[in-house]
Amino acid sequence: MTSLLFSSIGKKLIISLSGLFLLIFLALHLLLNLTALIGPDHYENVCSFMDTNPLVKVMVPVLALGFIIHILFASYFEFKNWAARPRAMSYAVPTTTKGVSWASKNMFVLGVIVIGFLLMHFCHFWAKMQLQGFLGREEANAYELVVNLFSKWYYCVIYIVWICAIYFHVLHGFWSAFQSIGLSNANWLPRLQLFAKIYAAVIFIGYVSIPVCFLLGWHK
Amino acid sequence: MKFTLKVWRQKNAKAKGRFETYKIDGISPDTSFLEMLDILNNNLIVEGKEPVAFDHDCREGICGMCSLYINGRAHGPDDEITTCQLHMRKFKDGDTITIEPWRSAAFPVVKDLVVNRNAFDQILQAGGFISVGGVVPDANTIPIPKKDADESMDAASCIGCGACVATCKNGSAMLFVAARVSSLAKLPQGRAEAARRAQAMVAKMDELGFGACSNTQACEAECPKGVTIAHIARLNREFLFAKLEN
Ligand code: HEM
Ligand code: SF4
Ligand code: FES
Repeated sequence: MTSLLFSSIGKKLIISLSGLFLLIFLALHLLLNLTALIGPDHYENVCSFMDTNPLVKVMVPVLALGFIIHILFASYFEFKNWAARPRAMSYAVPTTTKGVSWASKNMFVLGVIVIGFLLMHFCHFWAKMQLQGFLGREEANAYELVVNLFSKWYYCVIYIVWICAIYFHVLHGFWSAFQSIGLSNANWLPRLQLFAKIYAAVIFIGYVSIPVCFLLGWHK
Repeated sequence: MKFTLKVWRQKNAKAKGRFETYKIDGISPDTSFLEMLDILNNNLIVEGKEPVAFDHDCREGICGMCSLYINGRAHGPDDEITTCQLHMRKFKDGDTITIEPWRSAAFPVVKDLVVNRNAFDQILQAGGFISVGGVVPDANTIPIPKKDADESMDAASCIGCGACVATCKNGSAMLFVAARVSSLAKLPQGRAEAARRAQAMVAKMDELGFGACSNTQACEAECPKGVTIAHIARLNREFLFAKLEN
């Protein structure tokens, strides 16, 4: 087992499995968010369901663990790769190879951007809602939080930049995960790459539609 | 044709290298890239200077010896060819051409444009073969489906040049290892040792300081033999199943 976890392919397996888990989480989180567009009542219902459901209580630490494992293995993986091609060994003429996607070369940077905004997201929502509930204090009203934040244009811009980083991470990560697990071949590779484009687009449009609708006043 | 060449010069493995600029004139468009370097070296010798060291052997695209990172691409500006198959007609008259050695921690520079690719040999020695005991059987006695034979041959076309490692941002040897593992795993003769082979070759690759795979697809874009990352997916499969069986 240890020889698997410390091998290059084994590390990539862990990054892929945790990454796929996070992809599912992204879609579920989006579904919950979209209820905010239908109206405050629906959104509050969903929030209180999330607060009381025992399955959700179990899944919260699992999710945190998923993030931690993904970030730790991905960072270790990147550091090893930098050692294999140190900065001192870079080419004088930057590569002109065609057909290499920008996202695939910048997964780590994109991931770091995602973490940065994730911490901010925690301060804005999680610390005012779930954490307060956990401490036995009164939780902030979720819908009011959303309305307040998305009424500021600069918060919307920051949020959209965050979703852009997630978009590019998913655009490459989705098919890359299947390839890393070995679930790909000459026939399936183009299909997986197409699914990745569709999935990333759905995630992007879904998440961005919320600040856009709030800014334009298109919510109920 | 006239060219300005910026060539990486480095005395030996320990020395600090730098670029030297040379002018060259009167080159026919039909000269191959390596012949152009031969002409440059001839001029240098006449001037009493040290010629540029570079690797080459067959000069017909089958041995994998020639290398060179030319204007930001392994094997230069053409697709699916080796440097020995590259001709000067692919450049414009008066172009400046920058020539660098392969760069990767696992391929140290020996001199000028020559790198040590011995790490590839060590990976092959770790498992890139079929152990045959006794008499070699006749190849045609075992029927092999055409599809499998084709896939195996596609992977077997790897000439071990190292362009994949040179191009990869992680200096990863996955395409090379995948080509070996895949070509042998697809044949009944190679199947027997497939699990042991995948594990031994990957372990060696990791040990020798090659990076891991980020699936950027740069390797397949620069591979002179068109080996695809579909073979990397098979290597991942072979390796992970082998580990699961343990
Ligand atoms: C919304 C959260 C995230 C999702 C859905 C996600 C998803 C994925 C997926 C599916 C992969 C592909 C795995 C593979 O290629 O085998 C991946 C790779 C990766 N992720 Fe994430 N990830 C997320 C957050 C992060 C964060 C916060 C980091 C911070 C370091 C990160 C860093 C990486 C790196 C470095 C890779 C590997 C890239 C490579 O192969 O070179 N990810 N991610
Ligand atoms: S896989 Fe292609 S690029 Fe890599 S060593 Fe073999 S022939 Fe060269
Ligand atoms: S010299 Fe043999 S492949 Fe180029």
